[in-house]
Amino acid sequence: MTLAPLTATRVLRPVGVAGNLFAFGLDVGRSLFRRPFQLREFLQQAWFIASVTIIPTALVAIPFGAVIALQVGGLIKQFGAQSFTGSASVLAVVQQAGPIATALLIAGAGGSAIAADLGARKIREELDAMMVLGIDPIQRLVVPRVLACMLVAFFLNGLVTVVGVAGGYVFNVVLQDGTPGAYLASFTALAQLPDLWIGLVKALVFGFIAAIVACYKGMNAGGGPKGVGDAVNESVVITFLLLFVVNFVLSTIYLQIVPPKTG
Amino acid sequence: MGVEIKVEDLSKSFGKQLIWGDVTLTVPAGEICVMLGPSGTGKSVFLKTLIGLLKPDKGSVVIEGTDIASCSEKELYEIRKLFGVLFQDGAMFGSMNLYDNVAFPLREHTKKSESEVRSIVMEKMDLVGLIGAEDKLPGEISGGMRKRAGLARALVLDPEIVLFDEPDSGLDPVRTSFLNQLIVDLNAQIDATFLIVTHDINTARTVPDNIGLLYHKHLAMFGPREMLLSSEEPVVRQFLNAQRVGPIGMSEEKDADELAAEADQELPPLPPIPMQLEPSNGIPRRSQREPGSWCREHGITPPPGSFEENMTMTTGG
Repeated sequence: MTLAPLTATRVLRPVGVAGNLFAFGLDVGRSLFRRPFQLREFLQQAWFIASVTIIPTALVAIPFGAVIALQVGGLIKQFGAQSFTGSASVLAVVQQAGPIATALLIAGAGGSAIAADLGARKIREELDAMMVLGIDPIQRLVVPRVLACMLVAFFLNGLVTVVGVAGGYVFNVVLQDGTPGAYLASFTALAQLPDLWIGLVKALVFGFIAAIVACYKGMNAGGGPKGVGDAVNESVVITFLLLFVVNFVLSTIYLQIVPPKTG
Repeated sequence: MGVEIKVEDLSKSFGKQLIWGDVTLTVPAGEICVMLGPSGTGKSVFLKTLIGLLKPDKGSVVIEGTDIASCSEKELYEIRKLFGVLFQDGAMFGSMNLYDNVAFPLREHTKKSESEVRSIVMEKMDLVGLIGAEDKLPGEISGGMRKRAGLARALVLDPEIVLFDEPDSGLDPVRTSFLNQLIVDLNAQIDATFLIVTHDINTARTVPDNIGLLYHKHLAMFGPREMLLSSEEPVVRQFLNAQRVGPIGMSEEKDADELAAEADQELPPLPPIPMQLEPSNGIPRRSQREPGSWCREHGITPPPGSFEENMTMTTGG
């Protein structure tokens, strides 16, 4: 055996995995429109994902908003533009912190649960049994989970935004001696409605990616219980990586397309 | 009436490792076949290839005119509705109780009302002796019960082909013989094609109409029960009689030295061929043949003592 083909396969393996993941995403996309829609599974999953993510998300959102308020507040004070603190805080929370915090929680809490669940089903041959019974696991299990993740991400994003802005308000007013009026009045000074839209779009995309990666990893788990553990681990790591890259891309595109609001 | 499975030139490998190659056989409609082989010869892989869970490298598996190996995903899901499969561990859905597990295929594929579903499910649960355990979760019951529940689930859609992946592994001898009787009775009742993967010699000797033997990456022999049980072919003979003398070694094949050492050992005579298990109601199955008919047709004298009622099982030697 020569070394060259071996290295080639090794180098090309990640490309293959990426391709498989993408193909899986396409499969899921196609199955989204196939009837019958699994409403029960969807509601169960949405409830489940919401129940494991809501409280951690709210708890993460408060310090997130606070940190932004403290950081931006301190900086902006030096410029003497304290009246814009509210505006900066809103911009940061709505555009970045909201979707990112949502994504972390969806991937960390929801995605890991999905990957573990599907991985366990995979190694116990439940998925095979399902396919043999003539039921496509992508349509029966994956599609409801993907949609549930997207729905929950959408609402979590709203939650993070509200809690984050409120947290920022409290810190700015109580700790930094900002005036409540200035904080609220400057909300719309820099922030604009499209900011909200991009936040929501990001949340949906992140929910989609987190669910796809979790389902893909879960369904391709192998090699017994250890394989499930590996699948969960990999799914969280890959999701994080992907989400930050996608976030960067979406933010860049958004900033190019929508002109920033000036004063 | 069952459906024929026509396997032609089938090969499967994982990476560079060939599992088995050029397997050609026809599982006749409505008959019971057993696929035997030493551990690790890819019997389960063969089963999974038959239902399209694994794609073969080459060859075809034709069922009702559809080639499982090359058909589209959609056709595959259609053709799979003909199958009932019993997995090694039952493969029950861990989140549902036994009742919902058995009812699952009915709820997914038919528009039957809940009361119709109930009557079918209870009938199948009764068949496998699981009445009273409907509310248990798969995690709460023994392996044998899981297996029987898996069988009940495999049967609810009235399959044309039933595949069993080691139905007797992990069962005690009494349950195994009950299960074997159940298999024969079921075949008499629903006339489906049965394929059983196992390495239980007792099952292989008494249950099937046909036996196949996978060995050393190929199909060593496939044919009527009596043909293999009266065969002098070393591999077949060694395996079906559970002997140490022969080409099969502990890990794979024996090497030349070991074989040479055995060369002058006398092989024990072939044990008598037992009667085939009959349906418990005494009415012969449609595919059942008269004991000894194959041997007569082919002019082979079966080992002495064959086809006698109440003969004791003698294997090993």
